[in-house]
Amino acid sequence: MEFVSPEGLRLDGRRPMEMRQIRAEIGAVSRADGSAVFEMGNTKVIAAVYGPREVQNRSQQINDQALVRCEYSMANFSTGDRMRKPKGDRRSTEISLVIRQTMEACILTHLMPRSQIDIFVQVLQADGGTRSACINAATLALADAGIPMCDLVTSCSAGYLNSTALLDLNYVEDSAGGPDVTVGILPKSEKVTLLQMDAKLPMDTFENVMQLAIEGCKAVATYIREVLLENTKQLEYRRGV
Amino acid sequence: MLQSKSFVRKTKQGKVVKVVREHYLRDDIYCGASSCKVCDSSGARLTSSASTILIVDTNVVLNQIDLLENQAIDEVVILSVVLEEVKNKNLAVYNRLRALCSNSMRKFFVFSNEYHRETYVKAMVGESPNDRNDRAIRVAAQWYQNHLGNATRVLLITNDRENKRKATEEGISAETVESYVKSLGQPGLLDLLVQPPSQDLGMEEVEDLRPSKRKIIYTEHKPMSEITAGLHRGIYHQGKLRVNRYNPFEAYVGSESIGDEIIIYGRPNMNRAFDGDIVAVELLPQDQWHEEKSLSIVDEEDDEEENVHLVPNSADDAPRVTNQMQGSVGDANAVLSRPSGRVVGVIKRNWHSYCGSLEPMPMPAGSGGVAHALFVSKDRRIPKIRIQTRQLGNLLDKRIVVAVDSWDCLSRYPSGHYVRTIGEIGDRDTESEVVLIENDIDNRPFASQILACLPPLPWSVSSEDLANPIRQDLRHVRVFSVDPPGCKDIDDALHCTALPDGNFEVGVRIEMTPEAEIISTRYTKSVIKSCAALSYVEAQARMDDSRLMDPLTADLRNMNALAKVMRQRRIDRGALTLASAEVKFQIDTETHDPLDIGMYQIREANQMVEEFMLAANVSVAAKILEHFPLCSLLRRHPSPTREMLEPLLRTAAAVGLNLDVSTSKALANSLDRAVGDDPYFNKLIRILATRCMTQAVYFCSGDLTPPEFCHYGLATPLYTHFTSPIRRYADVVVHRLLAASLGIYKLPGIFQDRPQLTSISDNLNYRHRNAQMASRSSVELHTLIYFRKRPTDTQARIVKIRSNGFIVFVPKFGIEGPVYLTGRGDKGSGEWLVDEQQQKVKKIDGSISYGVLQTVRIHMEVVEPQPNRPKLQLTLI
Ligand SMILES: [Zn+2]
Repeated sequence: MEFVSPEGLRLDGRRPMEMRQIRAEIGAVSRADGSAVFEMGNTKVIAAVYGPREVQNRSQQINDQALVRCEYSMANFSTGDRMRKPKGDRRSTEISLVIRQTMEACILTHLMPRSQIDIFVQVLQADGGTRSACINAATLALADAGIPMCDLVTSCSAGYLNSTALLDLNYVEDSAGGPDVTVGILPKSEKVTLLQMDAKLPMDTFENVMQLAIEGCKAVATYIREVLLENTKQLEYRRGV
Repeated sequence: MLQSKSFVRKTKQGKVVKVVREHYLRDDIYCGASSCKVCDSSGARLTSSASTILIVDTNVVLNQIDLLENQAIDEVVILSVVLEEVKNKNLAVYNRLRALCSNSMRKFFVFSNEYHRETYVKAMVGESPNDRNDRAIRVAAQWYQNHLGNATRVLLITNDRENKRKATEEGISAETVESYVKSLGQPGLLDLLVQPPSQDLGMEEVEDLRPSKRKIIYTEHKPMSEITAGLHRGIYHQGKLRVNRYNPFEAYVGSESIGDEIIIYGRPNMNRAFDGDIVAVELLPQDQWHEEKSLSIVDEEDDEEENVHLVPNSADDAPRVTNQMQGSVGDANAVLSRPSGRVVGVIKRNWHSYCGSLEPMPMPAGSGGVAHALFVSKDRRIPKIRIQTRQLGNLLDKRIVVAVDSWDCLSRYPSGHYVRTIGEIGDRDTESEVVLIENDIDNRPFASQILACLPPLPWSVSSEDLANPIRQDLRHVRVFSVDPPGCKDIDDALHCTALPDGNFEVGVRIEMTPEAEIISTRYTKSVIKSCAALSYVEAQARMDDSRLMDPLTADLRNMNALAKVMRQRRIDRGALTLASAEVKFQIDTETHDPLDIGMYQIREANQMVEEFMLAANVSVAAKILEHFPLCSLLRRHPSPTREMLEPLLRTAAAVGLNLDVSTSKALANSLDRAVGDDPYFNKLIRILATRCMTQAVYFCSGDLTPPEFCHYGLATPLYTHFTSPIRRYADVVVHRLLAASLGIYKLPGIFQDRPQLTSISDNLNYRHRNAQMASRSSVELHTLIYFRKRPTDTQARIVKIRSNGFIVFVPKFGIEGPVYLTGRGDKGSGEWLVDEQQQKVKKIDGSISYGVLQTVRIHMEVVEPQPNRPKLQLTLI
């Protein structure tokens, strides 16, 4: 199938190096200590963070650092077919683990020994790139909860179709079965904390695709910083500073 | 700007889901006019001086693509909405349109109106997709006119009355294709136009007014819904229609649902289906199977006389149902056990354009007007095509290309239109181009992207190559090459070194004992330095010259001795020594006309090279199969069935020869024993045997079971093509497999994808077959040119008896063709009698008789029974 026309346009009108529209909103769940909604095109996820708080199950307590837990789920209405999404299936367990490890890498866990941080992410609408959206939402929610972090983590994916590297695949492009590289970085240090791909790519192509995903991560980071800055201004304004 | 598209879609499971897609609208899509001040003109295709810019609608593209491809039409904007619709309706046209848009010689510009902020239109409530798309086209036309200003006229070309009316109302200039083409003032262009179906058009009645022609000739095709239902219920069968190359009134549909081929006899049963169409077939009642068969013979009102042609090299080159004569009971039954059917509908058309010429006809009175002519394709499988032309006088002696447009059930022949002229009939260049087009051979130069993969010229072995540890330096070895004379791609490099232990190390790195037992094989990339490039003739001369004692000649002799042993062993295993009548031309260097024809002479040196190449191919086949049992590319030669060998057996029996065909070994022995009283007899029998076999084919090892891998002709369980990567793609694939099995390179990804490898081998077979057909046609063409000035008397052998004559084989020129005893038409009725058992044709009074394999003297001459239709005629002296 033709995913990039000879005119250089993708099926949804983007060019290969363009991301979908992103939008973020902080504080969607007031009961949580921190929360955020993050949208990448039609992909929409919500994240809620609780903690740091007392460890619920004492046997899991770690004496020199915080326990980070993550639960990922998909709303039953998140895809077109309204199927009941089983909890705890292999895919969600795997994504939960990926998000937890990625977030753990930037949370300063040693500052909060013997405590627990819970991250809940739920996909409200799925249209490709859910993994990245979840990580971006979790970053915002953690920041909103005031959890100390060494840096933000931002994520974006890139794929390779019709011999072209494509940034931020949507569902149609994702279902083409081509390689899909998901990258998570710490934007300040440009360190890679997450790198996933379950396909084969020649090394030089892979480097291009990964570089494109990293550029995407940086763009997300810029946007997230703006959102956080705006949010902080709002808070200051409300407190009358 | 973001738009969201949402629509409802039914899934495969029958559930209805709502699909929401994002749709981004942009402001960086440019108009493509190089004069535009506003837009970025780096990708512009339309010239600044253009006074008129055309915008075409979808149906114009779908119907008039031949017109668009003509140089006279340029400065065209193709809207993305049109592209998308064309793509959904006809992929072949879409590809041609894309080729036009990317052709730098043409001025076609693709405007992505669907993504442009100002030209995107959202479907209104109650608006059909068609109406919405028409509106999108008008909006884009309007935008262009506003954008480019009044200096340029933007003209919308549409044949849709409603669309044209609305466009005019909205202030857009619009015209139909016909009126636009007329306004260009080039009458020849009008020939390219596709005519609307005949019912609507007055002009067509010139032919159709005759009441006899207005009757319904073919049954109406069933509607798609009924076909789908019928296929589901198993009363219809779907498959690709294949017309018999040698009898256009007979076709086959390979049906998976009944697991057999369905035979379709006669044009009425074929019901307007073309070769390659995907059709739905209904089986006829079993008691009609026999009657229908006669249709394929009776309905020969436009049967072409059989032409003189090259001797077939395999069963694939010869008619499939060879038995044209009635009365052979055993044979008839074998054929009749096949189900026969009729086409009820065409699921997918395989129409494209065809090469041929117009049927000779008198110039109509008052020339200059429109004439109706019948086009006869070179490809006999294609029915005649009716076309309209305003340049009849010009076209009658030309080879032209014609495309098919429609075929309604009222007309005997399909309608089409003229596309282009290739050149004069009989002209060597023209006919050679016809051969290439007919066999789907692309002779355009390689694209720059492809050439960019090659290292720059002049190329030499680089120091990196030499330093590469994978590549072995064998420049110290005495390597030489032996190839056909005048061969430019030297690829058969060999060497033969005596080892201290008395063994020989040979050529393609195969170690052997003096008795030609292979001790070990080694595969490596290497650098070689050839010390001599020999032709077969030179190599042979060196070996024969007993005075020569130099090391190179000694190597050749050693090698030849080994080759002889190997060859004998192969023959002992049952390899067939088949004979083919390959001919060779001597071509005039100035005129490129053939000066002389002769049979290709095979020398020991050829056989020596061939033997070692065979050995290399066999051992590489084993090597790659061992490493990649599921994705190796191999070559197999299926054993011929008894049915296929029937013609050989019948001929042999007629001359009192008993052939044992139970195994290839038995056949090989029988062939060896088949010695007649004249020296040529054995070769003749071998030639007859060769034409009964099918050709060897490439396949993917994962698709078949090991017993099916075997190569009948060579009597080896495994075979592949490895030794000629510079001229055969199969060998390149095999080289990659071998390199991967040696760990030199990684196995490319496509080898993990079996369907893709299968399609590669299918394509290899298709291309191989076409190349052979083209080569045969080219030889036939040159034979015709040769005999044009040289009527010749020569000896010929009768190979087949016909009711009105016989087919002779002319050994000297490698051709065969019919010799008629009676006038054409009265097929054996009267004077001559055929004796099927004895394979003889006798005069009723018994005075003269001709038997199969008998030698006759014939006269060969090129005649022109119809103007511009020269053909080679054989007559008995
Ligand atoms: Zn412009």
